[in-house]
Amino acid sequence: MSDRGVPELAGSGSPGLPSGIGNLTWRARILRGRARHPLLSFVIRRVGAGIILLFFVSILIFAVTEILPGNAAYAILGRNSSPAALAAVSRQLGLDRPASARYISWLWGFLHGNLGSSLTAQQPVSTLIGGRLINTAVLAGLALAVLLPVAIVLGIISGARAGKPVDHAISTVSLAGIALPDFVVATLLIFIFAVSLKALPAVSLLSPGASPFSQPSVLVLPAATLVIVGLAYMIRILRAGMIDVMGSEYIQMARLNGISERRVILEHALRNALAPTVQVTALTLQWLVGGIFIVETVFAYPGIGQGMVQAVIARDVPAIQSIGMLIGIFYVLVNIVADVLVVLLIPKLRTQA
Amino acid sequence: MRRDTVRRLPRGLRRLPKSGLVGAVLVAIVMGIALFGRLVTPHPAAQIVGAPYLGPGGGHPLGTDFLGRDLLSRVLAGGLTVVGLSAIATLAAYLVGATIGMLAAYVGGLTDALAMRSMDVLLAFPPFLFLLVLASGGGPGPITAVIGVAVIQIPGVARVIRAAAQEVAVRSYVEAAVARGESTQYVLSREIFPNIVSTVVADGGPRYTGSILLTAGLTFLGLGLQPPAADWALMISENRDGLTFAPLGVLVPALLIMLLTIGVNLLGDGIARSLGLSRSGELVES
Repeated sequence: MSDRGVPELAGSGSPGLPSGIGNLTWRARILRGRARHPLLSFVIRRVGAGIILLFFVSILIFAVTEILPGNAAYAILGRNSSPAALAAVSRQLGLDRPASARYISWLWGFLHGNLGSSLTAQQPVSTLIGGRLINTAVLAGLALAVLLPVAIVLGIISGARAGKPVDHAISTVSLAGIALPDFVVATLLIFIFAVSLKALPAVSLLSPGASPFSQPSVLVLPAATLVIVGLAYMIRILRAGMIDVMGSEYIQMARLNGISERRVILEHALRNALAPTVQVTALTLQWLVGGIFIVETVFAYPGIGQGMVQAVIARDVPAIQSIGMLIGIFYVLVNIVADVLVVLLIPKLRTQA
Repeated sequence: MRRDTVRRLPRGLRRLPKSGLVGAVLVAIVMGIALFGRLVTPHPAAQIVGAPYLGPGGGHPLGTDFLGRDLLSRVLAGGLTVVGLSAIATLAAYLVGATIGMLAAYVGGLTDALAMRSMDVLLAFPPFLFLLVLASGGGPGPITAVIGVAVIQIPGVARVIRAAAQEVAVRSYVEAAVARGESTQYVLSREIFPNIVSTVVADGGPRYTGSILLTAGLTFLGLGLQPPAADWALMISENRDGLTFAPLGVLVPALLIMLLTIGVNLLGDGIARSLGLSRSGELVES
């Protein structure tokens, strides 16, 4: 299948040719190896690219947080501190060492699970964010579980009926919805459901160590905000993917064969809209990563997003770096997993990838 | 040199769909308040005129805010930064992003690869995370916000412009200009750019909406514009404690921001459709 072209390539490096061209056999051998495990080599290349990407992300995070004026010593002592005190604290924090040395020891520590210790909370960053990670996962997971099915149904209806009144209604509403600022939606929801109806808590405070499941009501408004703002985004991508599929030749062929529109959509179009759905899920997960900063802060929900915002406000550099890196890793990982899944679902892409 | 696209613009705008017209009206209203409202404020926006969280009435049609400043005046004065900062950020992103995109498409080869790979690195960052990291390094404030939002928008702009410019770069009039020995700067600004203007216009709406959402979000978190500035996003966060008894201080600015972003999006989509161009990779319906 995919290694159809390889034997010819191997043949061209036949004996008797100058040694330079003999390299072709060597290359062909690698190509053949690739062809035998196209998926494996794709995964390896994709992960490799991801690691390089994360390396640059780590440099960027470190450079922006440490080199720009207003470093950690400032953060501890405040703006009106004396130069001598600043120098002393800088030495204590190891800030007088060259930036490259500090970067390497930070990265080394991070890779070994040592996230440093928080400047404001006087405890290791890892204990600071452990529970928050779980809280955020619960909130984002809940939002995603509601988002996915609703968005898939609405997106497919809209795409399959493109140009019809149903599609018109869905697309116009989602076009408006995609422009809604999350903090505005959150505030309006609080006003309606917490202030006016008094049905749900306005803030989602959890006592330290408490699971969000012990008070499920605190999850409703934050999750609803994420769903409302994310839904429009997902519907639009799915709709575009569906229109793409519906316009393809095999769908027209199926229609020409007299297959009912219902079967065309359910049996032929849907399967090929699966890949976009995987990508949309990945995009939504990445979008949720952005949404949690504001939504968690609005509702005072003790998640990783609120932790990051608080760390930034307090200029808690070790916490900012570690949380930033963790979120960056998650972001890149989601992309890689989605790419691999899509290649698994669509065999055609294996040779192109 | 062809300027078909430039000439096509006004004709396309006349075919604006209904949703686009609604968007245009919304944008006109909110922009009107944002740009000119500050000239007609009944009180100075920073002046304390009474008790905090007063209800409407007694010379204060919307009541007062959490410090006792006139809400109507602050609403009238608070739009310029919402509209303006994001506009500056978007323009800066186009200036840099369009240059990178056109250069990548026109020069190609290693320049193209390098430019696009560095864009990939920026895209690997969750936008809001980038803003937060930047605010922690550069300190919170409007300048950090504008720079951060512009940098976030650059990769997207560069990609869209590159894709559009790649189609134009192989046309005969570009080849003719190259054969005449014109400079790269001339080819980019006089031959390629005029022919991708419609792409820029179609892409601009959602891009501007994105900038508004990011800058306003950052200000809401307390990392953008700082008090005592009058700004709709800032007003929503400072008056939140009064949501139960003086909700107007939150609801009016929230509504205005919402109408602005929805309006810009509807208008941008309408323009893109009337020009026959898709929006961010979506297919155009005929």
